[in-house]
Amino acid sequence: MSHFLDRLNFFKKVQSTFSGKHGIVTNEDRQWEDGYRNRWRFDKVVRSTHGVNCTGSCSWNIHVKNGLVAFEMQATDYPRTRPDMPNHEPRGCPRGASFSWYLYSPLRVKHPLIRERLVSLYREERDAGKDPVEAWAAIQEDPEKRKKYTAVRGLGGFVRVDWEEVSEIIAASNIYTIKAHGPDRIAGFSPIPAMSMISYAAGSRYLSLIGGAVLSFYDWYCDLPPASPQTWGEQTDVPESADWYNSTYIVVAGSNLPMTRTPDAHFYAEVRYKGAKVVAISPDYAEYVKFADLWMPAKQGTDAAIFLAMGHVALKEFFIDSQDAYFEEYTRTYTDMPMLVILEKHNKSYINGRFLRAADFDDSLGEKNNPDWKTVVIDEKSGDIIAPNGSIGFRWGEEGKWNLVPKKGRRNTKPRLSLIFDNDDVVEVLLPDYQTGVDVSMKRNVPVKKVTLNGKEVLVATVFDLQLAQYGLDRGLGGDIASGYDDASIPNTPAWAEKITGVKQADIIRSGREFADNASKTMGKSMVILGAGLNHWYHNDMHYRAIMNLLHMCGCIGQSGGGWCHYVGQEKLRPQAGWAPIAFALDWQKPPRHMNGTTYFYFHTDQWRYEKIEADALMTSTAQATYKGHNLADYNVVSQRLGWLPSSPHFNKNPLDIVKDAEAAGATDEKGVSDYLVEQLKSGDIKFAGEDIDAPENHPRNLFVWRANLIGCSAKGHEYFLKHLLGAQNGVMQDVLPEAEGQEIKWHKDAPIAKLDLMVDINFRLNSTGAYSDIVLPTATWYEKNDLNTTDMHPFIHPLTQAVDPGWESRSDWQIFKTLSKTFSDLAEKHLGIQKDVVALPLLHDTPAELAQAMDVKDWKRGECEPIPGKTMPVLKVVERDFANTYKKYTSLGPLLPKQGNNIKGIDWNTEKEYQHLKDINYTIKEEGISKGMPSLEDDISVCETILSLAPETNGEVAVKSWKALSTKTGVDHTHLALPREDDKITFRDIKAQPRKIITAPTWSGIESEKVSYNACYTNIHEHIPFRTITGRAQFYQDHQWMRDFGEAFCCYKPPVDMLSTAEMMKRVGKKPHLKLNWITPHGKWGIHSTYHDNHRMLTLSRGGPHLWISETDAEKVGLEDNDWIEALNINGATIARVVVSQRIPDGMAMMYHAQEKHINVPGSNTTGKRGGILNSVTRVTVKPTHMIGGYAQLSYGFNYYGTVGSQRDEYVILHKLENQDVQWLEEPLTAEKEKQLNPEGVPQAPYTCTDESEK
Amino acid sequence: MNLSNLLFGIYPYIALTTFFVGSLIRFDREQYTWKADSSQIFEKEQLQKGSILFHIGVLALFMGHFAGLVTPHSWFLSLGVSDMMHQIVAISAGAAFGSLCMMGGVILWKRRMFHPRVRANSRFMDLFILNWILVTLGVGLLTIPVSIYHASSGDTSAMIALADWAQATLSLNADASLLNNVGFIYKLHLFLGMSVFFLFPFSRLVHVWSMPLGYMFRPYQIVRTKFVKQR
Repeated sequence: MSHFLDRLNFFKKVQSTFSGKHGIVTNEDRQWEDGYRNRWRFDKVVRSTHGVNCTGSCSWNIHVKNGLVAFEMQATDYPRTRPDMPNHEPRGCPRGASFSWYLYSPLRVKHPLIRERLVSLYREERDAGKDPVEAWAAIQEDPEKRKKYTAVRGLGGFVRVDWEEVSEIIAASNIYTIKAHGPDRIAGFSPIPAMSMISYAAGSRYLSLIGGAVLSFYDWYCDLPPASPQTWGEQTDVPESADWYNSTYIVVAGSNLPMTRTPDAHFYAEVRYKGAKVVAISPDYAEYVKFADLWMPAKQGTDAAIFLAMGHVALKEFFIDSQDAYFEEYTRTYTDMPMLVILEKHNKSYINGRFLRAADFDDSLGEKNNPDWKTVVIDEKSGDIIAPNGSIGFRWGEEGKWNLVPKKGRRNTKPRLSLIFDNDDVVEVLLPDYQTGVDVSMKRNVPVKKVTLNGKEVLVATVFDLQLAQYGLDRGLGGDIASGYDDASIPNTPAWAEKITGVKQADIIRSGREFADNASKTMGKSMVILGAGLNHWYHNDMHYRAIMNLLHMCGCIGQSGGGWCHYVGQEKLRPQAGWAPIAFALDWQKPPRHMNGTTYFYFHTDQWRYEKIEADALMTSTAQATYKGHNLADYNVVSQRLGWLPSSPHFNKNPLDIVKDAEAAGATDEKGVSDYLVEQLKSGDIKFAGEDIDAPENHPRNLFVWRANLIGCSAKGHEYFLKHLLGAQNGVMQDVLPEAEGQEIKWHKDAPIAKLDLMVDINFRLNSTGAYSDIVLPTATWYEKNDLNTTDMHPFIHPLTQAVDPGWESRSDWQIFKTLSKTFSDLAEKHLGIQKDVVALPLLHDTPAELAQAMDVKDWKRGECEPIPGKTMPVLKVVERDFANTYKKYTSLGPLLPKQGNNIKGIDWNTEKEYQHLKDINYTIKEEGISKGMPSLEDDISVCETILSLAPETNGEVAVKSWKALSTKTGVDHTHLALPREDDKITFRDIKAQPRKIITAPTWSGIESEKVSYNACYTNIHEHIPFRTITGRAQFYQDHQWMRDFGEAFCCYKPPVDMLSTAEMMKRVGKKPHLKLNWITPHGKWGIHSTYHDNHRMLTLSRGGPHLWISETDAEKVGLEDNDWIEALNINGATIARVVVSQRIPDGMAMMYHAQEKHINVPGSNTTGKRGGILNSVTRVTVKPTHMIGGYAQLSYGFNYYGTVGSQRDEYVILHKLENQDVQWLEEPLTAEKEKQLNPEGVPQAPYTCTDESEK
Repeated sequence: MNLSNLLFGIYPYIALTTFFVGSLIRFDREQYTWKADSSQIFEKEQLQKGSILFHIGVLALFMGHFAGLVTPHSWFLSLGVSDMMHQIVAISAGAAFGSLCMMGGVILWKRRMFHPRVRANSRFMDLFILNWILVTLGVGLLTIPVSIYHASSGDTSAMIALADWAQATLSLNADASLLNNVGFIYKLHLFLGMSVFFLFPFSRLVHVWSMPLGYMFRPYQIVRTKFVKQR
């Protein structure tokens, strides 16, 4: 009744005593306990998950009390797996469990924010009577005004502003940019759609409608393995985690499963109880090593050597010493091993050339359709040379023959693997050997056949024979070959690998033998799990292909329990086919503008101007080298003009003006505009923007960043971003190199700074990206919106659900871009109206354009061929943009879907029925105008339902339709894979109730079944669907000219490249004790990228600030103790952290966990004088020419499929101790001098080039 | 009714009633506010110095005042404590503990006013009550020279009058006229001091009620009965 009266019980207080009165029993009031109890009481529970860039897709119950999120708990109601298989749950880790902190945290963005200086300038112009677009123009066209706000990016100074004004400013900026520079000067960056696909689609739909470029991320993160498209024509299709449990031998290399695949790691432990052997390859004693039976501590960046040596053992023991029937049959049917390769004369020897094609023969072997693109084999049965079904030539222009069934017509065929017993000669072939970093040819003897082509005798060999020669195996043909496993002088032997990796050859031999033996006995249940530890190197494709080779020769790809498990940054956007039309506005207009992120940032942050890697030095000694002397950026320019890689901006002229001029010159249709533009390009009146990327007319102008932390997390070459893209305070310790002047790309004496007019960050937390942006918009958190989420680690589709209303003034991403498109439309009516835009589309993979230049590379600019759009240069498409109707298009499902149907990966189907269905369930637009009567996309749930209805994975009828379409192409009936679930329709409410398993679809190469777990390439092997490569088979051999020139026709070991970034800093550190360490930035335990690192709960569990790991002995050398402050620096910048001294780390390596954020306890660097940076302050990306190849079957561009990748792991830093008293927190107020001094002292200040040339 | 009657005849009861009833209500209604509001997490070095000095001083002053003012005059005499001796003890103990308390108080005041984290986490009442106590204390210290002057001239009447007033007030026979011949400085101190009681339930001072004296005598282990509610 009363707390006070209740306490008046002095005489009754002690009820009894015990332990000789050392203890008493009281009956004191216990009501206070309710305070703690209430903490865990709730009003309702809602299912959601975390849209963070993580492959967890874990089901969480969000508990809501009084309209606030109280806490989250793991949901454990997944559909069960089969009886002999552990379940997927419980899923979720401490990081996810800490998320609810963000909703009400000090980091939360609560209101739209804008740079105070910018909004003052804008209001001044508006008060002077200008309309929004004129006001924006007035600021941009006055360099002094512009500089006023760009120079203080990253230095605070935000003020609150309301939605109306902020969307007006953004729309005005977009419209001004479209008018003055072109829509392709607007870009947007957002990663991994699968984590919250509606939110991704919001921004990309808006951008696609107005003509902006959507930037890719997978390549930029360097998580994209170029080896995957190279080998399979498929980008990252991997087994679900449950399939680890079906394996019997697992090698894990560079993917820290317990740390980064936390909710799945239990399968890794469980399969060991079932008897699987686990081998771990890692330079440090990583968490996944603890699970292993054997640890092979290979030196970082040398993994390829181990796997090549394991392949050497497998080939020797299972192909030469004995012939394993399963392996032979597998390689014969599903790999390019039997394909014939032309040998080219080189001095007295030969070098490997391109694949022999049907077209090389007089009668094209009877092939009329695409004979250029049909590779050939020798049929063992008939002895004839035949073009077997399935090569890329059969994919386009004909039907029913694109399959891997070993038949030619009605005849059974058996391609010959080796010519060893059936050859016309044995010749010496030169193959590259890069073990020192530069090529010294090695000589190998190879059995050949002689064929007569056009009257000329030509030598051909099979890929199999060449590959065995390349592995250095003794086949009794003489030449330079290994005398045995312990022959360290010959590349690819175990002894040679020991020399390079430091791993004992006995371990390598045993592992290679066991791996193959296990695969032989289980028909492919040997598995390799791999990740960032291998893929983030410059020569990542060599690591990866060494592994793929091993897997293919052992028949493991496409077999349950076997295969290639690439676990870094991979995603599975399961309902991709239903999502793409919404995300890229394909329901209204095609094509959208896509740009590969790496090239975009390499160019626009001017990192190319600091490039020290020379392309010539990467080439083989036998290379044709048609582009000798070109630097890496030059190669990219060539790639863009040949239509291989995309470009953004496209040309040095506004694409809207190009169409206007074309029409003025008489063009009446798309063909006319295209012809006009080709002429202009040929004459040089119009140029590709890449040719002069630093010119003001080619600057990117507007950048949207949403669902991302571009600057604080993924900006490799962070300081270059700050310097050139943003014009902010930066720590770049060097001036641009004078000697990097290129052949193709124009060199200006001064590199421009502050290229962007406007950067908009959309986020729920104010992180580094927000800090450097001009506008920050508050978005809904993952518990405040409705969205979809999928992963490749499990087969379920999962919702994000609105448990509470978006906090403060925040809105979901879908609503934010809806707001922007409304304001944009209103302003566009006056300023833009309807205009035509020309889009330069690269030669896309999975379209007929992937058959561009079959035999060799011809460059129209050099007069080697005519510029033909779609063949020798990009496809030029005209898109009509009705700018004033952007809002109406955004909010409705457009007419192209019922008219043109939907498609994925080169197969098409009709969608009229689904379109009608969506009208029924989502309501139709009532408002007059172009969208009247169309299905509504106004709210987030409607968008979810639209995706779920359109995608084969979630709509059984569509699945059957799409399988039928593929069956027509392959001539094999695949519909049985989806027929049992034809009537299944998964809706948003279904997945809210329980995560649902998706339906087997041709989008993916595995199947959903009760018999096998999801495994990539399963349908390639079991359904005879070809790999989407030139031969239709998995590629050991890459025959493109550039691949051969750069020595990567076959996989070979290439050591890390020297980034040459520490020499200058050595001088600076002088005699002070310091270390030179390899800069390794793996993912950590306390965050997913930068998320969670900065929340109170995770900071309490971790060190609570920036830290990096070094070895005990390294620490001792320079007198470092645990928790000392250190500075890590090189020519790219500096970063400050505390040091963790640990036996876990080998010497020579500094390991800084990825993406510890700049806003948590980061002091200033004494060297740069600027904020002490992040992990990427000491990195700089570089690009690789072989990743720029396009228009060539599997080597063709696709968004997040192929292209340059932002590798950063070859980097070194100088690390030295910082005395406590030297730690500067840089908390002084901003002064005019400081504002002016953007660069570190001693580094010349670049001018804002926008000021010294007129813009228009 | 004149001002003197209001301040020293009626106000004491207002202050005491507020003190008791206010404390009771707060304890019953606002359990979660019943605390010392420690700011140790924001700053601890100054706190340690200031708080210990202050608390030693203030506790001694409280007990000194209580014993000196409430003990009936006759008891002192029967114990053989003369008025003059009483006054000298009061002056010297008051001066000693008053100074300790003032030193501690100033440290605490400086900390609360100027330490940014402590200041940012202070409520109005935290500052107000600290200031009020320090002013009360300051005025109390100012009475010492006056008392010394009285003592040196052999005059103990002011002290007697104050004790008589206190006892009369506590026995519900308040008589403001008892203070007619007491100096202004004493009256000011009285008013300020009574107001501390008045302010007490609205401030962090409530923690005084919960001084954990029991800890000194508690058994090693205390367990509670499983409380089963009668239904």
